[in-house]
Amino acid sequence: MNDIWQGIVEALRLVFSFDADLFEIVLRSLHVTVTAVVIASAIALPLGAWLAVSRFRMRRFTIATLNALMGLPPVVVGLMVYILFSRSGPFGVFGLLFTPTAMIIAQVIIITPLIASITHQAIRDLWAEYHDLLISLNTTKRQRIATLIWDSRRSLLTASLAGFGRAIGEVGAIMIVGGNIDHVTRVLTTAIALETGKGDFALALGLGFILIALAFFVNMTIHILSKTEREGRW
Amino acid sequence: MSHPSNIFPLKIDGVHVRKRGKVLLSDISLALGGDLTTVVMGPNGSGKTTLMRLMHGLERPRQGSLQWAIPNEQARSQQSFVFQTPIMMRRRVSENLRYPLKLIAMPKQEAETLVEKWLSLTGLSGKEKLPAQFLSGGERQKLAIARAMITKPQVLFLDEPTTNLDGQSTKEIEALLATVKADGTCVVVSTHDLGQAKRLADQVIFLNKGHMCEMTAASQFFKKPLSRPAQQYLDGEIVE
Ligand SMILES: Nc1ncnc2c1ncn2[C@@H]1O[C@H](COP(=O)(O)OP(=O)(O)OP(=O)(O)O)[C@@H](O)[C@H]1O
Ligand SMILES: [Mg+2]
Repeated sequence: MNDIWQGIVEALRLVFSFDADLFEIVLRSLHVTVTAVVIASAIALPLGAWLAVSRFRMRRFTIATLNALMGLPPVVVGLMVYILFSRSGPFGVFGLLFTPTAMIIAQVIIITPLIASITHQAIRDLWAEYHDLLISLNTTKRQRIATLIWDSRRSLLTASLAGFGRAIGEVGAIMIVGGNIDHVTRVLTTAIALETGKGDFALALGLGFILIALAFFVNMTIHILSKTEREGRW
Repeated sequence: MSHPSNIFPLKIDGVHVRKRGKVLLSDISLALGGDLTTVVMGPNGSGKTTLMRLMHGLERPRQGSLQWAIPNEQARSQQSFVFQTPIMMRRRVSENLRYPLKLIAMPKQEAETLVEKWLSLTGLSGKEKLPAQFLSGGERQKLAIARAMITKPQVLFLDEPTTNLDGQSTKEIEALLATVKADGTCVVVSTHDLGQAKRLADQVIFLNKGHMCEMTAASQFFKKPLSRPAQQYLDGEIVE
C-alpha cells in the first residue's frame, strides 16, 4: 500500500515539477508510438480494405495469416528486427539498431496485423451493405476502396487507436531493438522495467501512472468519438 | 460531355439464372424498348428482383444471351437501380446525392445545382445535413430515387419502391416517377400494388416461379391477361 501511495506522490511530483527527464521519456514514447501508428495505418487500412473487396485464390489463407500475425509475440518480433538490423545482418549497413527508428520498425510490425485485421472486419461488413449499390454505380475497385475506407472512418480510427494502445504499452521488442539507452531510446515502458529492476518502485509506479493516464486518454477519446458519431456529428 | 448513345433496345434470349443449384429464372426471352413504362408483377419469390438485377447486370445469365444496344458494361453507366431495401450510405443526405456525381467527376458548380434540384424535387430540402440513416422509410426511398436519377440515366429500375409506405408517401413517389418519365427516362418497376401497376404501366411482365408467363400491353393485361397464373393473380386467388 505504501509503495502505491509513494508512487502516486512521486508521479504527481514528477509531473508538476515538469521533470525534464520524465518529459523527455514521455515525448519519446509518444514520438515512437505515434510514428509507428501512422506508418502502420498507412499500410494496414488500404490492405485490410483491399482484402475485404478482393476475390483471389489465397484470400482465406491470407486473412488467416493476418489473424495469426496478430498473435505474434512482440519479443520474437524484437529478436527478428535485432537480427536483421544487427551489424552482420542484411540491413546492418543502415546502423539503425539501438535507435528510435528500429523501435518504430518493430512496433509497425507488431501493430500492422492488428490494425489490418480490425479494418478488414469493419470494411467487410460495410462492403456487404454497399455491395449492390457500388456495383450498380459502376465504381472502379479504387473508388470502392476509397468509399469504404471513408465511410467506415470511425471504426478505422478505433482500429488505429487500438494499435496505439498496443504499441504504447509494449516493452519486449522495444527493449531488445532499442536497448533502453538513457536520452536515446529510453521510453516509458523500458524505464519502468529498469526502475523496477533497480528497486525504485516509487519512480516505476510514477511512470506507470503516466502510462495508464495515456492509455486512459486514448480510451476516452474512442468513447467520445463513438458518442459524437451516434449523434451524427461527423 | 459527349452525348451517350441510346442503350435501347435490350434483348434477352433464352436466359436462365441459377444460384446454388436453384433455378431462379428459366428461359426468359424478351425485348425492351426505351419508350414504355414496364411493370414487373408476380407473386413473392417469382423472380421479379432477379429479373431486374439480371437486366442491370447484377446477375449473370447461366445460359442464353442478354445484350443492350451498346456493350453491357457501358450500358450500365446509363442505368440506375433502386433496391427493394434502399441502401443508405453512411453520409449526410446531400453527400448521398453528391456521390454519383463525384464518381463521374462532374464539376462542383454543376453538381451543386443538381443536388439542390433533387433536394427540392424530393422535399428533402432542410434535411440535407442529416445523416442518411436518420431518414424515415419514405424519405429513404425518395433519397434513393434522387440519387439514382441525379446522373440522368436512360433507364431507372425500381424494385417495389412503395412497399411498406403509406398512401401519402406512395403518392409522392409516384409523382416523382412522373417527373422522371417526363424527363425521358425509361422506368422499369416491380410492384405488388395493383392500383399502382394500373397507374404506371404501359406494359406488364408477369412472372411466376421463375417463368415469364407473359409480356402484355397494360390495356390488355388488366382487362384480360393472356396467362392463367396472371388471371388468378388479378382475381386475388392463389397462383398455381
Ligand atoms: N442467392 C440466392 N440463392 C438461392 N436462392 C435465391 C437467391 N436469391 C434469391 N433466391 C430465390 O429466388 C427466388 C426469386 O427471388 P426474387 O427475389 O427474384 O423474387 P421476387 O419476385 O422479387 O420476390 P418478392 O416479391 O418477395 O420480392 C426466391 O424463391 C428466392 O428465395
Ligand atoms: Mg423482390
